[in-house]
Amino acid sequence: MELFRSHVLVCGGTGCISSSANQILDKFNEEIKKNDLEKEVKALQTGCFGLCEAGPIVIVYPEGTFYSQIKVEDVPKITEEHLLKGRIVKDLLFKESVDEDKIKSVNEVEFYKKQMRIALRNCGVINPEVIEEYIALDGYQALAKALTEMTPEEVIDVIKESGLRGRGGGGFSAGLKWEFTAKAEGDEKYVACNADEGDPGAFMDRSILEGDPHAIIESMALAAYAVGANQGYVYIRAEYPIAVKRLQIALDQAREAGLLGENIFGTGFNFDLEIRLGAGAFVCGEETALINSIEGKRGMPRPRPPFPAQKGVWNKPTLLNNVETYANVPQILLKGAEWFAGIGTEKSKGTKVFALGGKIVNTGLLEVPMGTTLREVIYEVGGGIPNGKAFKAVQTGGPSGGCIPEKYIDTPIDYDNLIELGSMMGSGGMIVMDEDNCMVDIARFFLDFTVEESCGKCTPCREGTQRMFELLDKITEGKGTLEDIDKLESLAKTIKSASLCGLGQTAPNPVLSTLQYFRDEYEAHVTEKRCPAGVCQSLLQYKVIPELCKKCGICAVKCPVDCIDGVKGKELYVIDQDKCVKCGVCVGACPFKAITKS
Amino acid sequence: MKSIADLEKIRKEALDKINLRKENKGTRIVVGMATCGIASGARPVMMALIEEVKKRNLDNVVVTQTGCIGACNMEPMIEVYKEGNEKVTYIKMTPEKAKQVILEHIVNGNEINEFMIQG
Repeated sequence: MELFRSHVLVCGGTGCISSSANQILDKFNEEIKKNDLEKEVKALQTGCFGLCEAGPIVIVYPEGTFYSQIKVEDVPKITEEHLLKGRIVKDLLFKESVDEDKIKSVNEVEFYKKQMRIALRNCGVINPEVIEEYIALDGYQALAKALTEMTPEEVIDVIKESGLRGRGGGGFSAGLKWEFTAKAEGDEKYVACNADEGDPGAFMDRSILEGDPHAIIESMALAAYAVGANQGYVYIRAEYPIAVKRLQIALDQAREAGLLGENIFGTGFNFDLEIRLGAGAFVCGEETALINSIEGKRGMPRPRPPFPAQKGVWNKPTLLNNVETYANVPQILLKGAEWFAGIGTEKSKGTKVFALGGKIVNTGLLEVPMGTTLREVIYEVGGGIPNGKAFKAVQTGGPSGGCIPEKYIDTPIDYDNLIELGSMMGSGGMIVMDEDNCMVDIARFFLDFTVEESCGKCTPCREGTQRMFELLDKITEGKGTLEDIDKLESLAKTIKSASLCGLGQTAPNPVLSTLQYFRDEYEAHVTEKRCPAGVCQSLLQYKVIPELCKKCGICAVKCPVDCIDGVKGKELYVIDQDKCVKCGVCVGACPFKAITKS
Repeated sequence: MKSIADLEKIRKEALDKINLRKENKGTRIVVGMATCGIASGARPVMMALIEEVKKRNLDNVVVTQTGCIGACNMEPMIEVYKEGNEKVTYIKMTPEKAKQVILEHIVNGNEINEFMIQG
């Protein structure tokens, strides 16, 4: 039997791996061997710990010691000091885990304190490539329970009573979706998992698949049992190679163990799963486009109804849920609908995973109960805005969502509150903006994305988003008029109501919400030709401050368009505003900080 | 795997292997593992403790290590922190004595006076 006294968990999320977590793990194994600790200490890779800002992260158990921003060179020291001699290496600890002379364990750090992990419960705890570790923490127990003790109707009732709503954006009741699929007529049915996470900056689904792939397999088998399917598809983008690899390993292990395949748990229930790789089109996150793509067709949506529950993959009734929705299911089955319904708000039950990014101290992945306020997420879990800047807005729901200004920061997060504020839950991206962000520029950024990603099938989305983008571009260049703002608004409303699928229907949200809350910024761009945040290049002016200019001429040498004139040592330098391309090179070049941007 | 009993068997075996990573509120046995401790044989003592804990399936006992406890002439030393009790320090340990500590103190609840620092 293995007799390890200590486990070294190295984060294996995409973020940490891109900053050499794999090499760190190899080095640990090498050092452990060198120090003859192979029988006492085990190093392994887990899923994402969530606090990506502090990556690469290494956690040492049983103490729960939280090492952050570890480099390969730090490994020998940790091995010799901590693993061999039992002395925690203080200067490599996550800064917040050192409180005067007491060292806090990972669970006591502020970032984790307010969190409640259901979908992420195994991420950063188990090795996702070892099925036994998942089983150890009650994995596949829910499937066993459902197959042997419950009827499909009973399973659906539990999901309905739990109040679980779709985590992919729409927020539709998962139980009802399951029921519709179960009741739909069809000789064959399918279950599918939407892992085509496309929002810029969002990585909830990726982290779940990387950190706990068996939870999705178990949950899809459960869903298949409930709706009467024997075949499932996981639609995942090829841009997530680690998630794909770990899911494939998990599938092989589950088949090997008899948890997928024929006659599961001796009950006569058959189920198997296939991975379908997507090419990374945002529109394929839309359910009907995703189904087309699974079938090998071009990823374009079709009108609904019929809904996938009636006509989905190969025109058969199909249950399609998002990764995070599935990740909640086994726990609900094991702990009961009342347990889950007891968490969250009246209409939004359970927890939600968010990918927190932008102007925030703790960039990363977190899971909080529904009803937690935006303020708690941003200031308590997220650690606030860096560099003493002022909070301006938070963008939820990615390119489909909107910007929520400071006056609503105490709003409890749930599906309905966010929609009321002109945004949406979306899949859980959360981007924080500070005083240095220009809201017109933000709207333009998201529109740029949707213009690229529009599939082109319906006119409002194909043409409309392009026109909106052009108007925004015009405004940020200082060429807009007040009529353009009105035109933008009416165009946005038309696109919202006339587009075929969710992509077009929500694409105007970033524009509408910024117009609603930050109209003054739009107006400043148009009437005063000024960008209040100092972001829009065309509206900036670079000037030499005569009192500070030492006539050195460095700026004139560096200027790529030769728009700075003066005589070295004799005459002050002056920028020709007509020729200036606002590149900002001169600001960085001046040794005396004599050039300002305004 | 063909039955729930099979699943349960795997679960129990695997749980032992990852129990370390759960929050542990039970007993903590700390072994002094500075240079002095290691030189006087702390490592076999610790291995004996770990083995004994596993053998007896003591789920709520964690064996861990610390630096120099400060009385190097009494090494190898171990400290037992039982929930709700005062810390007990045992000195000049050997693997055999360590096994006795697990049996007498941890399992049966009787502190072993003769292994402690004598007045």
